[in-house]
Amino acid sequence: MIEQDWAIILARVQFAFTVSFHFLFPAFSIGLASYLAVLEGLWLKTGQGVYANLYRYWLKIFAVVFAMGVVSGIVMSYQFGTNWSVFSDKAGPVIGPLMAYEVLTAFFLEAGFLGVMLFGINKVGRKLHFVATLAVAIGTFISAFWILSVNSWMQTPVGYEMGANGQFLPGDSWPRIIFNPSFSYRLVHTVFAAYLTTAFAVGGVGAWHLLEDRNNPGARKMFSMAMWMAAIVAPVQIFAGDMHGLNTLEHQPAKVMAMEGHYQSHPEGAPLILFGIPKSAEKRVDYAVEIPKLSSLILKHDLNAPMKGLDTVPDADEPPVGIVFWAFRVMVGLGFGMLGIGLWSLIARARKSLYDWSLLHRAALVMGPSGFIAVLAGWIVTEVGRQPYTIYGLLRTVDSASPLDAPAVAASLVAFVLVYFAVFGSGIVYLLRLMQKPPEAHEAPPSDAPIRSAGVTPAAQVLSGDGRPGNAHSGETV
Amino acid sequence: MDLTVIWACIIGFAIVAYVVMDGFDLGIGILFPFFKVGKDRDTAMNSIAPVWDGNETWLVMGVGGLLAAFPLAYAIVLPALYAPMIAMLLGLVFRGVAFEFRWRDPGHRAFWDRAFTAGSVVATFAQGIALGALLQGITIENRAYAGGWWEWLSPFSLLTGCGLVVGYALLGACWLNWKTEEGLQRQAVTYAGWLGIALLILIGAISFMTLTLEPQYYKRWLSFPGVLATAQVPLATIIVTWFFYRSLRLRKDAQPFLWALALFGLCLVGLGISIWPNVVPARVTIWEAAAPHRSQLFMLVGAAVMIPVILAYTAWSYWVFRGKVGHDGYH
Repeated sequence: MIEQDWAIILARVQFAFTVSFHFLFPAFSIGLASYLAVLEGLWLKTGQGVYANLYRYWLKIFAVVFAMGVVSGIVMSYQFGTNWSVFSDKAGPVIGPLMAYEVLTAFFLEAGFLGVMLFGINKVGRKLHFVATLAVAIGTFISAFWILSVNSWMQTPVGYEMGANGQFLPGDSWPRIIFNPSFSYRLVHTVFAAYLTTAFAVGGVGAWHLLEDRNNPGARKMFSMAMWMAAIVAPVQIFAGDMHGLNTLEHQPAKVMAMEGHYQSHPEGAPLILFGIPKSAEKRVDYAVEIPKLSSLILKHDLNAPMKGLDTVPDADEPPVGIVFWAFRVMVGLGFGMLGIGLWSLIARARKSLYDWSLLHRAALVMGPSGFIAVLAGWIVTEVGRQPYTIYGLLRTVDSASPLDAPAVAASLVAFVLVYFAVFGSGIVYLLRLMQKPPEAHEAPPSDAPIRSAGVTPAAQVLSGDGRPGNAHSGETV
Repeated sequence: MDLTVIWACIIGFAIVAYVVMDGFDLGIGILFPFFKVGKDRDTAMNSIAPVWDGNETWLVMGVGGLLAAFPLAYAIVLPALYAPMIAMLLGLVFRGVAFEFRWRDPGHRAFWDRAFTAGSVVATFAQGIALGALLQGITIENRAYAGGWWEWLSPFSLLTGCGLVVGYALLGACWLNWKTEEGLQRQAVTYAGWLGIALLILIGAISFMTLTLEPQYYKRWLSFPGVLATAQVPLATIIVTWFFYRSLRLRKDAQPFLWALALFGLCLVGLGISIWPNVVPARVTIWEAAAPHRSQLFMLVGAAVMIPVILAYTAWSYWVFRGKVGHDGYH
């Protein structure tokens, strides 16, 4: 029995570790793929070389991020079975088809066109190459669509029937399962999060190079584009996050109670706890800095609305409060920090000092990794906050795990930790090295790989000298 | 038509597609240390760099399809194969990132080249072990795996592991014969000749051992009159082998690769004869493990539309990178 407890804890740590590492890469590549599509589209439309150079600059980075996303993602598709086989058996009839659709409509699309996107610049025409970039970008979005549908169904399960053998079986409507009550909110919130993550990473890189050379045209362009994204998407994201929170309050109130640190019910308006130290053993928040009644105002739009606390939830059904409480504050804090940078950039633009205000550049540089931290924090809020369930209210985490011996899980966990830190640690160093190089007027293609078939004359080269993106002569305006 | 049978065929197709497409690029990883550092290694890598990612997606399709169409089999098989599956995933991590990292860090290229090989060998060996472990039968009680975490390990599973490493290496050598020129191509032809012999010996050994594993296999292959049909498989293997060596001797580009694939195809046919209609060999039938009709039907709509589309753009992508891999870079 004790050993079984250990096996489950280790399996949970392993899943948390592998999924957290994995999530960093798609959070970046979803946004980056769209950014690349925009850059290539602008280059095709305007012919300005700066866009082609930025395309090549970020394509090299995208290739590394994408490779890490692919290999860490394949691990995820097996982890459901290796470590959570009971869950897979029970939920497979419902979530399996959604994941199969992800493979059929997204993974193949991304992988199939990635080769052309990375290596096919000289082999297909400009327009076809743009189609490949678009296909990859759309593929990343479709992938997010399906996997978030699966995740949302696990959070807000509807449209199922219980089988005699304990399996969850699909009811008569698949759209009801796919578009389950929390799906649209989660999808919007997560995709915007990916866009913001990319915007701040791009903005941070641009700011770094502006601090070194404020006349670098590539750095100016990427910084400006990133700051537009920050100014537009950050406020929309805060609104979307608020809506998502209200949806969570409706379907998973215990999660919101943990986010808010509400151990007790507040019949006459609940305070918003800004900071404090949640003590689950004593069921109170120490050193709380709170604004009276604000939580009721935000969540119920009424100062005096009664709010239930965790005292209304049996202890065995409560999520861990401390980690949810803190992760939520990290996410919200960074979100408002992003909003601040976005507004600051608007002021800088109005004062015509976007490229000269080095304090803004320093702030943007510091905020460069903020998106990654925020998405991880948000993921922790939603995943830890739905404990102790895998399928909310229906299947407990402890009843979902594979019948494995603890030493087997421990050994694989150690292997994952060592390999991930070594491999993805190196990858992140390579990414930083690529980002450290200033964008140049004559960016090299993504890899030094000499790929060209003998005896096949690339059509684009026959057409004209500027038949490929990033060619030094292609309408360079800088 | 029974949807469960259709889904068994689709997953079978995904496995075939995986072996056809990812086999040769894993094989190039296995053979990588034998190629000269520099131009030869770069060429070998570049012959697969644009397509490996799509190839590997069939592995995800196979396992994703299994979860969706046969969730019980997915839930039994993966814990049973725990250690080999984790090893395969970690191997795929190393070899997958090596494609990018070896170009990004010339100072550590030798390290990432070794990682590419080690990852490819481990992933392939683990896949072969998984096959052997399933064939020899796994312990199941109450809809769940009930064996220990070393049950997969046996002389037979190690032998199937070696068989797959040699087999993928053969595909890799044949692919390089097709896609490269001069010294590297000659080297590949030599390897293909020897690997073909080694593979045939291993196929023979594995086939005979398989017959002794479960009475079902023995009966399926050797009882009269079924034997008249099943005997065609070894017969075809001999014919395909003859064509394979003939095409090598005639210095054909594409043909040896296609005949080597045919050899793999016959192995898979043999596998199908042994295990049909089980999804967990000799243990669980496809109907026992099947997802409900609604799940299978919903996916079938997607698969029927998407698989032809996927095959079309995959073919286009291969077409874009057709011909011999050259050495002239763009700058």
